Amino acid sequence: MIRWILRIIAVGYVLGLVALPVATVTRSTFAHGLQPVLDSLQNPDFIAAAKLSAIVAVLAVLINTVFGVGMAVLLVRYRFPGRRLLNALIDLPVAISPIVIGIALILVYGQNGWFGGWLESRGIQIIFATPAIVMATVIVALPLVVREVIPTLEEAGTDQDQAAQSLGANSVQRFWRITLPTIKWALAYGVVLSLARSLGEFGAVRVVSGSVPGVSQTLTLYVNDQYQEFGPVAEQAYMTAAFALMLSAVVFIIVIALLRPKENQQ
Amino acid sequence: MMKTVPPPPRRKPRSVASGRLTAASGLGLGVAVLWLSLIVLLPIAAIVVTSFQNGPASFWDSVTTPEALATLRLTVGGAALVTVLNAIFGTLIAWVLVRDQFPGKRIIEVIIDIPFALPTIVAGVVLISLYGPHSPFGVDLVGTREGVLLALLFVTLPFVVRSVQPVLIDMERDVEEAAASLGAGGFTTFRRIILPTITPAILAGAALSFARALGEFGSVILISANLPNTEVSSVYMLKLIESDDTAGATAVATLLLIVAIVVLVLLDSLQRVAARRD
Repeated sequence: MIRWILRIIAVGYVLGLVALPVATVTRSTFAHGLQPVLDSLQNPDFIAAAKLSAIVAVLAVLINTVFGVGMAVLLVRYRFPGRRLLNALIDLPVAISPIVIGIALILVYGQNGWFGGWLESRGIQIIFATPAIVMATVIVALPLVVREVIPTLEEAGTDQDQAAQSLGANSVQRFWRITLPTIKWALAYGVVLSLARSLGEFGAVRVVSGSVPGVSQTLTLYVNDQYQEFGPVAEQAYMTAAFALMLSAVVFIIVIALLRPKENQQ
Repeated sequence: MMKTVPPPPRRKPRSVASGRLTAASGLGLGVAVLWLSLIVLLPIAAIVVTSFQNGPASFWDSVTTPEALATLRLTVGGAALVTVLNAIFGTLIAWVLVRDQFPGKRIIEVIIDIPFALPTIVAGVVLISLYGPHSPFGVDLVGTREGVLLALLFVTLPFVVRSVQPVLIDMERDVEEAAASLGAGGFTTFRRIILPTITPAILAGAALSFARALGEFGSVILISANLPNTEVSSVYMLKLIESDDTAGATAVATLLLIVAIVVLVLLDSLQRVAARRD
């Protein structure tokens, strides 16, 4: 009896909060058939926004992968003063509002910011341009790769690495032949998480991009800007873009679900 | 600090790394710290410095205007309420997912991850399609505080579930069976045996969901509809920065930063106490 009540509450909560809204958005997207959806996919602003989002996400994931693997190796294999502080700092962006991250970037790299004037005198524009969008995205996804790789590295230990070293392997060889194969599934998992997070970032990008259609408008900004417009075309436009982002999120979840058992086997 | 919780059986002993920095790793550390400074440390420092640049009195004035106070009350109160609800429902859902068997359970598992993977602005669109003006149930929460809470509950759903689940899976069943054989009812067993074991995990999940709810922006912006009574701090800060009130925006940001750090430290120490008592 109690088991049934608990089951109904749990399933009802998850369905009402997540599944039903997701289903409704799918239905509303295709409410007028397939043609309006296809039409809104042809919108040049949509195409430009999708391209910008893809470029930004790939760049941010590349940066965070290199940084994340390097940071994880340093934190697990080495002991140095300030190690715990560094470890805590990596998680900081998760506890901060994306709006605050955006404002913080403006204060440092904006026109009147700490470095903004110096950069501008050299013709480098960061805020209201792609570099700031990439930076904002890198910050919000910062801990994802590091946090996935660290536990795997800790469990693997350094035995194999030391064996390889005693056999004369240099550090580059040891990284490619020992470390990378060890962390490969955890890294893949972290990369997919970062990709999902990067593609979906909105708040921090909203502050630093300026959201000019076709220039600095990412896909999430496009959803927001079209939502603010009135009329059936704009409505179909934001629904289609939201549905496309939702579909990519579902693909990410499925990939994550497939990767998780492999990561645990390690 | 020694934890007295028995470690899950499959965990291998932690390797003791005592590596000293070599020239190459030292250089790597230098580059990593420089990068972290450029994208996290300096920007955060800039927020705090800017918020106090006109003196503490001006900081105090910025965070005590009636509008600032109203948004802070809604943000902190909303985050607290959402965190409590998550602690209860998240634990319940984790329990059902671990201990109950029913058809479609794997689908529920996948649905739980949707709020993590879904872009926040899409979460807003999704919620409005069901709980907005075109709601099939006729429930329109746009521009209400209930709508804001709903958005916060949506984005924070996975935190407690995902942190309690592994602890429940690793829990040995024999203590519960012993309690039951000694005549303890279901509720007593839960309160005396299960709850103490999963409390640290609940608190860890609660801390994450509080921090997330405190700073949430994307999922809230559409459903709050820019009305004064539903304005959370993130929306308020954006409004200030767009009207060039940098001092005001950074003051609110600094205050929220302090609240987040205090609550995270508090929940972390509670977690340690709970882990030790168990």
